[in-house]
Amino acid sequence: MPTTTTTTIMTATNLVESSLSPSEAIYRHVILAGDPWIHEIKKGQYFRIVDLHGNQAVDTLFYNAHDYSDRYSAQDTIQQQRNIYLTTGTKLISTTGTALLTIVADTCGRHDTLGGACANESNMVRYALEKRHMHACRNSFLKSVTEWGQSMSKRDITSNINFFMNVPVTPEGKLTFEDGISDPGKYVEMRAEIDVLALISNCPQLNNPCNAYNPTPVEVLIWEARL
Amino acid sequence: MYMSEMPILWEETIQPGATWSHVLKRGTALRVVDPEGGANAAAIFYNFECPVERYNMPDTLKAQQIARLTTGFVLYSDMGRILCSVTADTVGWHDPIGGTSNASLINAKYGPSTYQESRNNNHKNGRDSFLVELGKWGLGSRDLVANVNLFSRVDVAEDGGMSFVPGNSKAGDSVELRAEMNVLAILNTCPHPLDPNPKYQPKPVQVSIRRVPPPAAEDPCRVSRPENGRGFTLTERYFL
Repeated sequence: MPTTTTTTIMTATNLVESSLSPSEAIYRHVILAGDPWIHEIKKGQYFRIVDLHGNQAVDTLFYNAHDYSDRYSAQDTIQQQRNIYLTTGTKLISTTGTALLTIVADTCGRHDTLGGACANESNMVRYALEKRHMHACRNSFLKSVTEWGQSMSKRDITSNINFFMNVPVTPEGKLTFEDGISDPGKYVEMRAEIDVLALISNCPQLNNPCNAYNPTPVEVLIWEARL
Repeated sequence: MYMSEMPILWEETIQPGATWSHVLKRGTALRVVDPEGGANAAAIFYNFECPVERYNMPDTLKAQQIARLTTGFVLYSDMGRILCSVTADTVGWHDPIGGTSNASLINAKYGPSTYQESRNNNHKNGRDSFLVELGKWGLGSRDLVANVNLFSRVDVAEDGGMSFVPGNSKAGDSVELRAEMNVLAILNTCPHPLDPNPKYQPKPVQVSIRRVPPPAAEDPCRVSRPENGRGFTLTERYFL
């Protein structure tokens, strides 16, 4: 594990820095707010997402690169670790129970997988019927999987991860969107346990205070597998 | 008229560890009863006319800011429409986050089991049960999305830890789901994946269907919050 320091500030938060240097990455790309990104990550490779400006929601889905019907499952992931928050040590579990990736470093400390992605339709419900025209994550997801081909479609857009989002559940069963706990430069890093296809929508949401109504770019980096 | 006063069109028992599906017609309601207490009815819902529109856990949770289901809440599709409303509930908490079991979990928890040896008492798991029942409608693994677990409760602690609450549902408890669209309901009665019971002891549930009036302007699910008012508007537009 390419980790150097560990600081635990609360039970479900596992702050771990990575020893990998961006200068050694084999791939670097900045995803602008509102843009999708789709890319294969090979088994053993390391994949980092950097919240360049802080409190940006990075809506993310993963698929088994050899069988897209075997894909990230929010419920299987939280059920297996018996905790709703994702942080260092979390295995991202697929619908067949396969570990797709493991989070190996996390300087933010908590990521959401219950809040899902925004859509034209859910924006109409949540904010106002007039919001339909506004750009939304699930439009980015659909555009991306349509261009990717391989028979991918809306059936493959399932419940995603929101990296850098803070969506607590209370003991009374309330779900709340809290102010972000991320800051500029915070990152989360994963090791691919099998070949995966990653799909990101860098969230364009303008109606939610969670990103201070200001969606911003994020960077993705990939490093080769380490022996 | 309250649903309980409407005549039952038909009813049946879903045996322990069994699968079930039905197209709930708009204008009817499904009552599910836990006759013994401690049941778990795992369910996913689809727009029967276009099943690529299906129950969406995050949209349901965030529109209503909930991590539990009870009277007054609704189940949203991914298209901003309401598939079902919870019009009555004696339990108070149904789990929308815990998910379902798979074969390896059931095998690890309860030991190996074959039909050859155990006949219809062999151990069933939630994932395979969903897939079998989905297959009958031409659907498959790409259609298997996050499910709800009727009668079960999962608490979330401050640190995010999830714990199953035993004894959440008592003998005779029931929940009523009013279909706001023509809804393909896929159910099974496999044990909840977080149920700590070391023995494989799934419970039966009874289901009954009634015809019910359309949701009125002051319907409790419609007025419970402005989001649901807009959800009903979008659902009603679909049928215009």
